Amino acid sequence: MNAPEMLDTKTQTQAHAQATGYIGKRMARTEDARLLTGRGVYVDDVGLPGALQVAFHRSPIARGRIKSIDLSAARQLPGVYAVLTADDLARFKVDMLSFFLAAPVVPVPVLATDCVRHVGDPVAMVVAQDRYIAEDAAGLIVVDYDEEDPVVTLADAKTGPLVHPDADSNVAAATGNEDPDEDLEAQLANAPHLVTVEFEHQRISQSPMETRGVVSAPQGSGELTIYLSCQGPQLNARWFAQAFGMPQTAIRVISKDVGGSFGLKGQPWREEVAVVLASMLLKRPLKWIEDRLENLTSANQAREQEIKLRVAFDADGKLVASHADYGLNNGAYPQGADSNIAVMMFLWGAHKLPVFDFHARGWFTNTVGLAAYRGPWALESLAREVLLDRAARQIGLDPIEIRRRNLIRREDQPCTTPMGLELTDISPAECLDVLLEKIDVAAFRAEQAEARKQGRYLGLGFATYIEPTAGSTGIGVLMSESAHIRIEPTGKVSAVVSTHSQGHGTQTTMGQVIAERLGVRFEDVAVYEDDSSRGGYGSGAYGSRQAVAGGGACIRAADLLVDKIKRMAAYLLKVEPDAIVLGDSMIRALGDKEQVVSFRDLADIAYGEPERLPEGMDAGLEIQYRYRPPPITMTSAAHACIVEVDADTGFVKIKRWVTSEDCGNMINPAVVEGQIAGGLAQAIGEVLMEEVSFDARGNPTAVTYKDYMLPTIFDVPEFEYHHEASRPSIAEGGFRGVGEGGCIIGPPTLVNAIADALAPFGELKLEFPLTPSRLLAHIEGRREIAERAAPAESAPLPVPESARAASESASTVENLPAPSAPQEPVAASTAVQVDGEWKFVLSTPMGPQAFTGRMSTDGDQLTGVFIMNMDEAHFTGTVSGNQLKWDLKVTKPMKITLKYEAQIDGDKLTGKCKMGIFGSAKLVGERVST
Amino acid sequence: MSTHQIQLTINGRPQHATVEGRLTLSDFLRGDAGCTGVHVGCEHGVCGACTVMVDGNAVRSCLMLAVQADGCTVTTVEGLAAEDGTLHPVQQALRDEHGLQCGFCTPGIVMTLASLTAADNKAAPDKVMNALSGHICRCTGYQGIRRAARKLAGGAA
Repeated sequence: MNAPEMLDTKTQTQAHAQATGYIGKRMARTEDARLLTGRGVYVDDVGLPGALQVAFHRSPIARGRIKSIDLSAARQLPGVYAVLTADDLARFKVDMLSFFLAAPVVPVPVLATDCVRHVGDPVAMVVAQDRYIAEDAAGLIVVDYDEEDPVVTLADAKTGPLVHPDADSNVAAATGNEDPDEDLEAQLANAPHLVTVEFEHQRISQSPMETRGVVSAPQGSGELTIYLSCQGPQLNARWFAQAFGMPQTAIRVISKDVGGSFGLKGQPWREEVAVVLASMLLKRPLKWIEDRLENLTSANQAREQEIKLRVAFDADGKLVASHADYGLNNGAYPQGADSNIAVMMFLWGAHKLPVFDFHARGWFTNTVGLAAYRGPWALESLAREVLLDRAARQIGLDPIEIRRRNLIRREDQPCTTPMGLELTDISPAECLDVLLEKIDVAAFRAEQAEARKQGRYLGLGFATYIEPTAGSTGIGVLMSESAHIRIEPTGKVSAVVSTHSQGHGTQTTMGQVIAERLGVRFEDVAVYEDDSSRGGYGSGAYGSRQAVAGGGACIRAADLLVDKIKRMAAYLLKVEPDAIVLGDSMIRALGDKEQVVSFRDLADIAYGEPERLPEGMDAGLEIQYRYRPPPITMTSAAHACIVEVDADTGFVKIKRWVTSEDCGNMINPAVVEGQIAGGLAQAIGEVLMEEVSFDARGNPTAVTYKDYMLPTIFDVPEFEYHHEASRPSIAEGGFRGVGEGGCIIGPPTLVNAIADALAPFGELKLEFPLTPSRLLAHIEGRREIAERAAPAESAPLPVPESARAASESASTVENLPAPSAPQEPVAASTAVQVDGEWKFVLSTPMGPQAFTGRMSTDGDQLTGVFIMNMDEAHFTGTVSGNQLKWDLKVTKPMKITLKYEAQIDGDKLTGKCKMGIFGSAKLVGERVST
Repeated sequence: MSTHQIQLTINGRPQHATVEGRLTLSDFLRGDAGCTGVHVGCEHGVCGACTVMVDGNAVRSCLMLAVQADGCTVTTVEGLAAEDGTLHPVQQALRDEHGLQCGFCTPGIVMTLASLTAADNKAAPDKVMNALSGHICRCTGYQGIRRAARKLAGGAA
C-alpha cells in the first residue's frame, strides 16, 4: 500500500463535493462520443468470417393454403448457399413464447407451414453470399397458393371465418364482463348527462430508424452467440434458452448499440428465430438485416383499436359511472394475445369515479401480428381526455374545471379505484396546477376569439394522465433488475447492469448514480449492459422501468460496496469506519492526520493481499445486488398545447406545447426531457399523419416512408418542460419512470387542441390520423371523398360455409358453453369420478398456465388443491352430477376470488374460471391417476 | 452482371475496388470500405441516415451507386473528428445539446450539418432547417438537433 497522501480538511471537503451531485445533473452522455463519430456497433456492423446473408420470401396474399413451393430456380442461382422452408427447420423443436415467456394461445410457426395468414408471412429463406444475391434468389421462388378471403379489420374478425381454424373463435383474448350490468346501465341511462365517445384508432408502425436484425454464430459444441437488435440481451437470451430448450449460459446475446425499438424488439420473433435455427442447421454464421419494406409490412405492429366509452355525469359534472367496450386487432400471430387490461386499469385510474365496468376483446385477423408500442395502453388517455372535453362542452363547463372536479388529489390518497388500483402518490391535479401557472388561459381565449373574427382557428387543448412505471405486479419477467459493481484491480469502477439502451442513455444515467453513490469521478465508471453473459438477469427496457428498477439496483449495490470499502479502509488506516469519506475517486480518513488512499490502493490489497483484510472479510471489491422495485411507481403529468388549424388547407400548426410532470427525482434532466420529447413527437405523428393501412384484401398500402409518414423537424415544436410538481417516489432514489409518458398524454392533448380550434364547425369527428383532408372535410362539412369510394371495396367478405359452421358451433373464449348446457347434467346417481390427480391448463390473459391438482369428494362436497411452482392453493366447492363449482381466493397479482365452474366427462374436464375484472378464462383438465 | 474498377478517396485515404454496377454507395462504404458509421435506414432516400459528403456536398448514399463515386472524394462521419479525438464542431454541438438518443440517424444529420455549416460557408438558419427536414429522427423529437443547428448556423441557441 502506498503511503497515504496528507491533505487538509478543507481540500477534502471540496473534493468530495466535486464528486457528488451527479444525480440530477444535466450531464453530456457517455454514449454520444462513439455514436457521433460512427464508432457505435449496431447489429449490421458485426462482421464474422464466413458469414452468409439471409433474405426471406414472403407471402403476397393475406390468407391461403400453400399448394406447392418451387425452390429449384432459387437454388441454382450462383452464390446461393441454401434455400430453406419450414420442412428444413422442422428438425428443431422450438416453443415460440410471448413476452411473458408463456406459450402463445395459437401455434406460431417459425416459417409458414401449410398456409399463410398475412401478407409478408415468411414462407422460405435464402442463404447466400451477399444480400443482393439472396434477394435475387428469393424473387425466383415460386409458391402456388389456394387463396382465401382474408379477415382484415376488427369488423371482419367479428363476422368472418376463423383466422386460426383450430381456435374456438377469432377472439384472441378477452377480459371484463360480457353481460351488461343492469345497475350500471340504469345509472348511465338515468344520469343528468350521458357522454359517449366512439372511435377507431389506426394501426401504427413503431418504425425504429434501425430495423430488426440478427447475426447468429453457432460456436463450439451447442453454444450460440447471437448479435441482436433488441430491448435487453438478458431477457432475449432467456427467451431463446426457454424456446430452444437450451441452457441459458450456452446462449450469449450481444446487443451493443440499438437504433431505437419502442416496443418492437422486446423479444425475438419468427425471422430472428428462423435465422438462428438456420445457422445451427448450416453451421455457419448468418446475418439478416430487415429492410424498410419488410419493417413496414412484416414486423409486428400496434395500436389498431376501437373503443366505445360511455360516461354518466351528475348535474355538477361529477363522474357517476362509466362503461367501456374495447377491441384490439391482434393480427394473425401476436407476440402475446392481448385484450389490453391496462387500458381498463388506467382509464379511470386518477379520477373519482364510483362505478366502472368494461368488456375488452383482442381479435385475430389476417394481418401482421401485434407487438408493443410505447405506452401500449395509451388509448385510455385518448378516450378519457377527449370525452372529458366533450362533456365539458355538453354540460357547459370549462375543460379545466371538469378535470378539477374529478381528479384525485394528493390529499385524497391513499384510495382505491374501482379497478382495484391502490393509489398513494399520484399528482395529475397538482401537475395541472403548475401547468396553469405557465399558461394565461384568459389571454388565450381573448386571442382565440379575435382570431376567429379574422377566419383563423386557434385551439387550446389540455390533458392529464398517470402512468404505471417499473410495474411488476404479476409479471415475473419484470420483477427485478441487477447491478454488479466492481472496483477493478486497476482502481477503475466497472458496472454490469441489467438495463439496456436503445437510445435511453442508461450507460450515462446508471453511471451518474453509481459515481455519486460511490464517491468516484463519473469518468472513472464504465457501465456495461450489452452482453447477456456479463451480468445477471434483468429485462432491459420495458415499461418505463430503467431509472426506477435499474437505478435502484445501482444505488443498493453501490451502498453495499461503500460499506465494505469503509470497513476495509478503516481497518487498514486504523480509524473508525465513520471517519472514512469517499469522494473524487479517493478514500479519505478524516481526523487529526488526514490520510488519503486511492481505490487502486485498496483494490490491490482486496484482490492481491487478502490476508491484510479484517477477519471474516471476503477477498475482492465487488458487489452484486438484485433490486426489486415497488410493484408500481406512478408518474403523473398535465400537458397543454396551442394549435392553429388552417381552414383553407386543413394543416395543423402546433404553436406551443407546455408540459408539467411529476417524474420524481431526476437522474439527468436532459435525458428525462429527451424521453418526453421523443414520446410527444410520436404522439404528433400518431394524431396527424402515421397510419399503417390495408386494402380489403389485406395488402399493406403504406410500405415506404413516402406513404407511412413520420414527423419531421417542421412538425414538432419546441417543448417547454416544468418539473415543479415532482415529488420523490418511494422507490430507492425517489425516481419515477418517464419512458412512455409523452406517447400517452400527447395524443389527447393535441386532439383536444384541434377539436377546440374547430369547435365553430361542430364536434370533431374522431378519425385517425387527423389528416389535412379529414380536417378540411370537417371544416367544409362534407364527407371525405375517399370514404365515398370505399364501400365497394369493403363489402362484407363472403364466408365459406365450412368456416361459418365451425364458427357457429365452436365455443368462444368470451362465450363458453355454460356448464349446464348444452349437455344435460349427469344425474347425481350416476357415478361420476371426480377424485384423483389432475393436470390443468388455464388460458389466462398472460398466456396459458399449466398446473396440477388433486380433487376429492364427500357426497356433494368438493375439496381440492392446485399445485403450481411448489405453491399450493386449497379450495372447497360443490358437486352435482358431473358439474363442479368452487371458489379460489388469490392475492397475486391482486386480491381476487376466482370462480370456477367445470364439468367432467370421463377423464376430461372442461370449464371456465371467472376472474373478476380479468374476465373469463378457459379451463381444461385431464386426469392423471385416481 | 457488370463490374467496374473504381478508385476514390474516402476520409482522406485512397480506395480501389471492383464493384458490381448495382452496388449502392452506402453498401460499398459499409461493406468494402468499413465505414459502418454510414447507416442505412430506408434505402429509398427519405430518412437521410446514410448521408455522406461527396466532393463536399451532402448526398444520400443509398440513392447513389458506388460506380458513380469513381474519382470522387467521400467523407463519412468517421472522417470528421480530429486525429486526437477532438469532435468536429457539429458533433460537439449535438453532444452539448443532447441532439441524439439511439444515434442511428445521427451520422446523416452530422454530415448534412457539416456540409452546410463549414466555417467558411455557413448557411442561413432557414436553409439549415429545410435541409434537416430531410432527416427522420424517431427518438428526440428534434429538440436538441434544432438547438445545435441554430448554434451552428450562427443563430442563438
